[in-house]
Amino acid sequence: MHSASIPAESSPVEPPELPNSFLLRLDVLGHVIIRFLHTAAGLVAFALITLGVAAKKFHASARVVHPLIRHQIHRAGMRLLPLTGFLACALGILIVGQTVALLSQVGAQNLVGTVMVTVVVRELGPLTAALLVLVRIGVAYVIELGTARALGEVEALEALCIDPIHYLVIPRVIGLSLAVFSLTVYFILVTLLSGYLFAFIQNVPLQPGDYFKQLAVALTWEDFALLAIKTCAFGFVIAVVGCYQGLAQPLRLQEVSAATTRAVVQSIVACVLLDVVFIVIYLVM
Amino acid sequence: MNALRDTACPAATEVLELNEVAVGSTLSPETPSVEDVTWTVRSGDYWVIGGWPGSGKSDLLATIAGMMRPLRGTLRLFGLDRVSAHEHELADARAKIGLVFENGGRPFNHLTVTENVTLPLCYHENRAPEEAIERVGALLEFAGLESVAGRFPTEISFFLQQRMALVRALALRPRVLLVDNAVSGATTREARWWRQALSQLAAGHAVTDGQPLTLVVGCHDLRPWSDHGKQFALLKHRRWLGIGDRAALRQSEEPLLRELLAADSNEG
Repeated sequence: MHSASIPAESSPVEPPELPNSFLLRLDVLGHVIIRFLHTAAGLVAFALITLGVAAKKFHASARVVHPLIRHQIHRAGMRLLPLTGFLACALGILIVGQTVALLSQVGAQNLVGTVMVTVVVRELGPLTAALLVLVRIGVAYVIELGTARALGEVEALEALCIDPIHYLVIPRVIGLSLAVFSLTVYFILVTLLSGYLFAFIQNVPLQPGDYFKQLAVALTWEDFALLAIKTCAFGFVIAVVGCYQGLAQPLRLQEVSAATTRAVVQSIVACVLLDVVFIVIYLVM
Repeated sequence: MNALRDTACPAATEVLELNEVAVGSTLSPETPSVEDVTWTVRSGDYWVIGGWPGSGKSDLLATIAGMMRPLRGTLRLFGLDRVSAHEHELADARAKIGLVFENGGRPFNHLTVTENVTLPLCYHENRAPEEAIERVGALLEFAGLESVAGRFPTEISFFLQQRMALVRALALRPRVLLVDNAVSGATTREARWWRQALSQLAAGHAVTDGQPLTLVVGCHDLRPWSDHGKQFALLKHRRWLGIGDRAALRQSEEPLLRELLAADSNEG
């Protein structure tokens, strides 16, 4: 053993050639890219299947599936109102209140509307609502669907000729999309109102009429349209990623937590990438 | 094989036909767990398939239930080719086949016992739950589940979960019922209940609208079924091994069959 591990100095055997670290890094990078593309392809395929099933079977088994959609809207939308309201108030005071006060101090009150629309309506509202829904509901989706998958409930549905995408995924996707949209609208309203109230208490010389008039002038119809599309897209992405990680591949119970972590990371990355796309659209418009 | 043909009613129609079928594993779909299965199930048959745990019974039952494509060979469900049939035709054929899973029957744990049984009815017939009360009540009564109707599966015993899986599979009025290891680990009393219930279904019961049900039972202890099944087969070394009727079962010297019929082989 000893003689084998320490070769004699006079040994003619060349030491093993060290692998090129650059090639190793390239190999790792290649694996990461392939894994990313594989996951992206799986997610896109799952999203397309979901859209196909939604279009084809929306009215099928309506008395079973439509109550499930309403349940998911209630679960992801209504039940998150208190938390959303709390966060909207806090961010309204922190961001809007201070921004209004600061702009007034430098005599740039006429920019309040534009700043608010850019910060709160286009970015802060949709992203905050999406992250809230991801943490409260998206994670729960992976756990409940992953557990159902691991316990064989999905096969039991298939044995009863019940399409798992139709019964389990469609209600969640529609419910979450509408919930993120509704929560964003609620969040924006509460943030703008609470922020202004904070500034008003601080005696900022900006009348309520002027404040809301500036907001109305700064908002365009594209803002409303893009807000609706963007928030529904966020909800769709979070629900699809959660359902994909929970359902699309065979899972064992001990793999559910890893699937949940993957879903959170992928949802955040997907939402941010989607946000970049919308920023480009805003800039082009 | 002659013995198998003799046991079939001359007027019986083929409901399941397998020709040199290789069955994939549920855990590894591309790996065959059973190969070269050539088998015909006719209406009115009562098949009992024996084999040790891991012999591929569950995979075979899942495949003939239409849940998995065969890896090779031809599988026909009510005359429809599993691979080439149109999606909605296949769905109709599959709805005529009920499958009861082993190990508690894979209940939907977020639904109560009543909701578990109601779900397939309401989903396929687009009904509100209250419109299915009568049918669901009859099914729960058949399985003796009325007293636990409002409970969740995790609140009832393992055996009652298995019974719930039976009536859930019966909800859609299937013509063929596949039962996978239903009495595994069951008490003598529970095993007797299953044998009687399946015999009633095979003869025609009110819950099947009086229509005799075609049965395929998978098990790893043949003793409870030796006096109830009409046709018998084994899965041995990943191969299908037809035995025949009850007389053939008694006469066969197949070592695996003797083991599965031996008193000390009982695992359920």
